[in-house]
Amino acid sequence: MTTPEIPGIPGTTLFDGRLARKGYALNRLCYSFNDAANRAAFKADEDGYCARFGLNDEQRTAIRARNVLQLIEAGGNVYYLAKFAGIFGLDVQDLGAQQTGMTKEAFKAMLAAHAH
Amino acid sequence: MAQLLGGVLTSHVPAIGRAIHQGLQDDPYWQPFFAGFPPVHQWLAQARPDVVVVFYNDHGLNFFLDKMPTFSVGAAATYSNADEGWGIPQVPTFTGEQDLSWHLIERLIDDEFDVTTCQEMLVDHAFTLPMALLWPDQVWPVKVVPVCINTVQFPLPSAARCWKLGQAVGRAIRAWDSDARVMVLGTGGLSHQLDGERAGFINKDFDLRFMDSLVSAQPDWATQFSIPQLVEKAGTQGIELLMWLATRAALGAQVEEVHRNYHIPVSNTAAGLMVLQSR
Repeated sequence: MTTPEIPGIPGTTLFDGRLARKGYALNRLCYSFNDAANRAAFKADEDGYCARFGLNDEQRTAIRARNVLQLIEAGGNVYYLAKFAGIFGLDVQDLGAQQTGMTKEAFKAMLAAHAH
Repeated sequence: MAQLLGGVLTSHVPAIGRAIHQGLQDDPYWQPFFAGFPPVHQWLAQARPDVVVVFYNDHGLNFFLDKMPTFSVGAAATYSNADEGWGIPQVPTFTGEQDLSWHLIERLIDDEFDVTTCQEMLVDHAFTLPMALLWPDQVWPVKVVPVCINTVQFPLPSAARCWKLGQAVGRAIRAWDSDARVMVLGTGGLSHQLDGERAGFINKDFDLRFMDSLVSAQPDWATQFSIPQLVEKAGTQGIELLMWLATRAALGAQVEEVHRNYHIPVSNTAAGLMVLQSR
């Protein structure tokens, strides 16, 4: 590569091999939610479902907290996490608001302000 | 030989699917986005494509982290959407153009792009929603070939590599022994970021410069940047501009800009749209 690599981008995690290894069980659980039957199974028995996928304590805690930043820290990838969020009817603006500590209305206003 | 007519570039966020399903095209929030498409429909009516090669990125429907190809080419007879985890409305099944699929696979591997071939492949919203924007009645008048680029797991292929992939796809289409009328469709972007404290990031200046560059004398302008640099400029999901680069590269040196639209925001995304005609 002739282009210099830039240092870390604030507030941004690049989902690389380290995280793909760390988060494999968590992302596998979230990937399973492509199937409506699996979403129902999770809702019926969250502990049992998480145990089946072998989540570690950090991942289990983050799932219990429904906390996106914790889930990313635990190795979660946003594309799979979006399927987990879908179980609770949360869209990407809900996720954005949670991660930035804003209300959803404030987050949407911030997005709209980028137009100017 | 097959004719390469031109290309369409558009964003693909899932919320578009809900808006279509709920008939919100004239809603004040959505109108500036959907108003961009009638000129696309007019171009399609005149161009009359019968095959579409679609550059898109899968978001965890067809591919999981167990096997993650950098570049993959569909070679299936049909392609369907599926529940993506949040009950997204389904669209009718697409018919594959398998002769072109295998021609592309042979030419690309000949060109040292060692692609993964998929005889079974689910296509997600990044494929289905742009198709539904181009053909709102969802009676597909075209056969399709999906070309998927990994944007889930880093390292991603560089912008320069995606440009070369697009060039190789363009050469292969033009060398296909067929009288088909082929177009390319690139989906994703423009700037947006879903994850992290930087969620909600949008970069209008960069997006506009990027769109301008595609129809400039230096259409590969963005290939000077590394993937982390592009993430910094466009956001972690704005990196989907790789699909735009591959599409533009497929069209060759000279294109005519037929139409463009740009609107902030649709969901968390700066929505871009361009129609480029081959010369």
